[in-house]
Amino acid sequence: MFNKDSESMPRTKLKDLQLERLKWSMAHAYKNVAHYRQAFDKAGFKPEQFKSLDDMKRVPFLMKSEMRANYPFGLFAVPMEKVIRIHSSSGTTGNATVVGYTKNDIEVWAEVMARTIACAGGSEKDIVQVAYGYGLFTGGLGVHYGAEKIGATVVPISGGNTDRQLMLIRDFGTTMLACTPSYAINVADYVEKKRPDYKWSDTKLRAGIFGAEPWTEQMRKEIETRMGIQAFDIYGLSEVIGPGVSCECSAKSGLHVFEDHFFVEIIDPETGEILPEGSSGEIVYTSLTKEACPVIRYRSRDITRIYYDSCSCGRTFVKMDKVSGRSDDMLIIRGVNVFPSQIEAILMEIEGTEPHYQIIVDRKGAMDDIEIMVEVNEKIFSDEVKVLTDLSNRIRQRMQGVLGVSAKITLAEPRSIARSEGKAQRVVDKRKIK
Amino acid sequence: MNVTQLSLFLENKPGRLQSALKVLGENKINIMTLTIAEVSDFGIVRLIVNKPAEAAKALKENNFTCSTTEVLALEIEDVPGALVKALEAFGRNKLNIEYMYAFTEKRNDKAVMIFRFDDVETAKKALTEEGFQIVKKIDIIGE
Repeated sequence: MFNKDSESMPRTKLKDLQLERLKWSMAHAYKNVAHYRQAFDKAGFKPEQFKSLDDMKRVPFLMKSEMRANYPFGLFAVPMEKVIRIHSSSGTTGNATVVGYTKNDIEVWAEVMARTIACAGGSEKDIVQVAYGYGLFTGGLGVHYGAEKIGATVVPISGGNTDRQLMLIRDFGTTMLACTPSYAINVADYVEKKRPDYKWSDTKLRAGIFGAEPWTEQMRKEIETRMGIQAFDIYGLSEVIGPGVSCECSAKSGLHVFEDHFFVEIIDPETGEILPEGSSGEIVYTSLTKEACPVIRYRSRDITRIYYDSCSCGRTFVKMDKVSGRSDDMLIIRGVNVFPSQIEAILMEIEGTEPHYQIIVDRKGAMDDIEIMVEVNEKIFSDEVKVLTDLSNRIRQRMQGVLGVSAKITLAEPRSIARSEGKAQRVVDKRKIK
Repeated sequence: MNVTQLSLFLENKPGRLQSALKVLGENKINIMTLTIAEVSDFGIVRLIVNKPAEAAKALKENNFTCSTTEVLALEIEDVPGALVKALEAFGRNKLNIEYMYAFTEKRNDKAVMIFRFDDVETAKKALTEEGFQIVKKIDIIGE
């Protein structure tokens, strides 16, 4: 364990700590963020009335739409001179969620990521190759700071360029790989098809911390067998901190939530009521120590369940299941969060009118494919092929620029996109990841 | 009058052309010539038909996306080098061809070719001055 005192704290002591920190976090949010002040007042809730964990149910939720409405810095609780880092989701104005970090927030993030790496058996002896994307996306820098904190050697290669990834794994003696699980399978496929000379047994790679998208036990087995490593699920979301919210330990039976920094509840996504332990529902987060962007009862839309079983690893933190789905229409494409509304906004911007479209998501091999079928109406039709191919290229480039994922754009005949009762099915998800 | 071409959007899938042409057949529309420009997932069918406005109406009623465009039909001598002469005239007049295709039957012992220019009127004027015989709509659709 990276921080034995915290991670194996007796639960009664942990509850006291959480209560004390919840009081601080709520008062901090109420005092410094107009949104929380208004929302709490409207709900008739005063932070000083918060006396026990049972009072949680009186606290209003924070919705994703409210985060977006406060774009860019409306939810910041500290002056900008205290903010040392900004991360953001993809999206256009009004669609992106922006988060800020103080020096202390970055410290906490490094701490929980160091614990994550230790959870997967990592230490200062490891060479950690970070193949998550660096940039506004929290994946790359999150793992990077955690690996440095634990004293490991960081190889900040970022995503893509599989040949180079393989070369560095072999030449640098990389022991841990951090990337999305679908990219790990992609790398394994690549070796099988194009690099018969490359033997995993000749490398020192022994573990991987994989996250940023849902994956199955079957994918885990596949990665472990084909690469000859241990594969661990790590979980996080930028609104809460980034990667480092929870992770699997050697028991690989659920992900420990770092409860001294994040308070979790499971609610019924329909009614908002708190569900008893073990029930499947939407997981809701409250930050306990975050300064720049406190989140109070943030509705993650991730469906999972939590349970307080004792764990063979000795950690006392609650465990959550792998996320089994979403309670909204968000799609996760190769680790990137995509909302159909973002795609619609881009199409409207390019075509100047609401087009009829359908989003088709599939998993070919291990990689997610996203195809956007756009109906060719009279307004966009031309007798010249180049006009239509230009249009299709423009849509593709804009999707890449705004969403950060490459999509296949297919121009379709009006009849080919099914309409049911006048309203089209906007998203067809053919992936089997449950 | 210029020749009116009917342009039709089709997905590049088996049976699509057949369904579209079936609509034309059922509406008693005769096709004089037809050409297809295709890329990997779609194609644009360009047709010269006897009743373009009616054809477009029928296709739209059947959920096809189509439009009409003015194109130029030129008579070209059916001898070696004749098309080159036409192209040279286009070059002299800085006329860029977007696309072109031919009729299958001869007219007055000459070939008839369809040219799509950006600005059909400018092209028509320039080519008439060069002495080219521009085929009028009525000659082709035979009304």
